[in-house]
Amino acid sequence: MDNRVSIRNVSKIYGKGCDSCIELTGPEHGRNRCPKCGTIVACADIGFDVYPGEVLGIVGESGSGKSTLVKTLYFDEAPTTGEFYLQDFEEGLSNVYGLSSLQKRYIRNHLMGMVYQNPHLGLRLDYSAGGNIAEKLLMADWNHVGDIRERAKELLTKTEIPIERMDDKPKYFSGGMQQRVQISKALANNPPLLLLDEVTTGLDVSVQASVLDLIRQIGRELGISMIVVSHDFSVIRMLTNRTIVMKNGRIVEQGLTDQIMEDPQHAYTQLLINSLI
Amino acid sequence: MSMYNYGFLDENTKRELRRKTLKAVAIPGYQVPFGSREMPVARGWGTGGLQVTLSLIGLGDVLKVIDQGSDDSVNACNLRDLISETSEVDTTTDTLEATVIQTRHRIPEEKMTDEQILVFQVPTPEILRTVEPSEQESRRMHAERDYSRLWVHLYEDIVEWKEIRISYDYPVLVNGHYICDPSPIPRFDVPKLHQAETLFLFGAGREKRIYAIPPHTDVIPLQFEDYPFNVESYESGCEKCGSTHTYLEESFDSNTGERYLYCSDTSYCGKQQLKGQHQPVEIGVGWNG
Ligand SMILES: Nc1ncnc2c1ncn2[C@@H]1O[C@H](COP(=O)(O)OP(=O)(O)O)[C@@H](O)[C@H]1O
Ligand SMILES: [Mg+2]
Ligand SMILES: [Zn+2]
Repeated sequence: MDNRVSIRNVSKIYGKGCDSCIELTGPEHGRNRCPKCGTIVACADIGFDVYPGEVLGIVGESGSGKSTLVKTLYFDEAPTTGEFYLQDFEEGLSNVYGLSSLQKRYIRNHLMGMVYQNPHLGLRLDYSAGGNIAEKLLMADWNHVGDIRERAKELLTKTEIPIERMDDKPKYFSGGMQQRVQISKALANNPPLLLLDEVTTGLDVSVQASVLDLIRQIGRELGISMIVVSHDFSVIRMLTNRTIVMKNGRIVEQGLTDQIMEDPQHAYTQLLINSLI
Repeated sequence: MSMYNYGFLDENTKRELRRKTLKAVAIPGYQVPFGSREMPVARGWGTGGLQVTLSLIGLGDVLKVIDQGSDDSVNACNLRDLISETSEVDTTTDTLEATVIQTRHRIPEEKMTDEQILVFQVPTPEILRTVEPSEQESRRMHAERDYSRLWVHLYEDIVEWKEIRISYDYPVLVNGHYICDPSPIPRFDVPKLHQAETLFLFGAGREKRIYAIPPHTDVIPLQFEDYPFNVESYESGCEKCGSTHTYLEESFDSNTGERYLYCSDTSYCGKQQLKGQHQPVEIGVGWNG
């Protein structure tokens, strides 16, 4: 398989579900909640590929199912249906959703990195910054404190955190620095795939710009594939090659980011773009 | 003795305990839940170890009970009296003579054999408790061998203190699978658990768990390549018997304020003193010799 990631028919519902859930939800109904049984169809019928070194954007209004989708990719949530193939795992021949929890944990630790909007989810704020990075390395069986600290220094340098802060706790860091520590941790084991969910949402505009710069630079230098999730088209425009637009849990449009920006097909996409000032 | 069943517990309870113990032996380091009974001693005073001991002891056994190495503490005496009276076994303070030893927080200095069983009293069986408050999440972590959080805890210790500062309840990897709590024995005793000839049983009464380290099992303390596990060492030997190869405890002379070190294993210390006086005494070999 040429593509690094293949997603097929992924869906996630919250609730017991009924025969009509899928039919009665989605963009044409303007809702993700089944009117018959009240089940939330957070996302459904999602399929896409990501190529090596490519940055894929997922954009959509709040509640459109973006976070749910990336959570299923990082195994934070089990999908209700779907297949997920990774080139770096058995040459992309096995649906990794079907693996044992032990194997999934291996993939999560070695082949993926995740950066959450809320640093609480990605970091232990009362462990040192270095300890947070160490955790990811320890999961990959590193057993030499000196080596771990060297690697942590390397990563902190790359993400522009002064290495004097390595033994300080992220709870004393600014929001921008916390995101940088999260990025360091996510990159610790050189994963081929990095997932970023609203990483700059909530940061000051100037801080946002520098974190986005950092992400762009990492993409260029490491040739890592990334999935960047944001409700903000300006973030998507800055970072991504290709974009998926989501509404009410479904994909409404996908294509090259530049083309979508220039000539959006769906009225909803137009709205998202027009809301950029 | 008509008031109680033999061995205090009723036969059904003993059978359940034995089944749980067998399961524990079959899965080294895995904590098996059991239906802990009310015992005539307060919880937290060794009720877990007590129930394990009572379920396996029988006529012909010889019992030793120690509390932090001492045969004479009130707690050790109470437990020994209770067990010996209800199960009609002889008691001893000599490690070599005992077939069953129940212990709180020590492993005797003399190496135990495959004809002996050591039963540990365990206050807090869950080694992950310090890093994970949830019982359910701890169980998942054990099942998936997801121990990175424990490792980070050790890493943070080293960053802050330049060493791993765990003195008791030192985490050990059992049989290459489960990490478990060897009970609050000192680090000094931890290497004795590795590839021993003796069956080690652990009973936690309050938390209702039994676990085991069967004979000839790998027991490896967690350590880093550049921060290897080490045991306590002392600048001088035992004040009473002169031993320099035993686990020593501190005591302060209340008059002079002077600090003394003496063997925590009182039975062993007594033997060494007799030997020093050239009296006939049989002393077993140490665990690594
Ligand atoms: N654990 C959950 N239980 C029930 N509904 C949920 C849960 N998590 C998310 N949802 C719902 O799923 C939908 C998609 O949420 P989310 O994926 O967070 O959207 P986005 O990230 O695009 O803002 C929302 O309607 C949300 O309320
Ligand atoms: Mg979201
Ligand atoms: Zn002594």
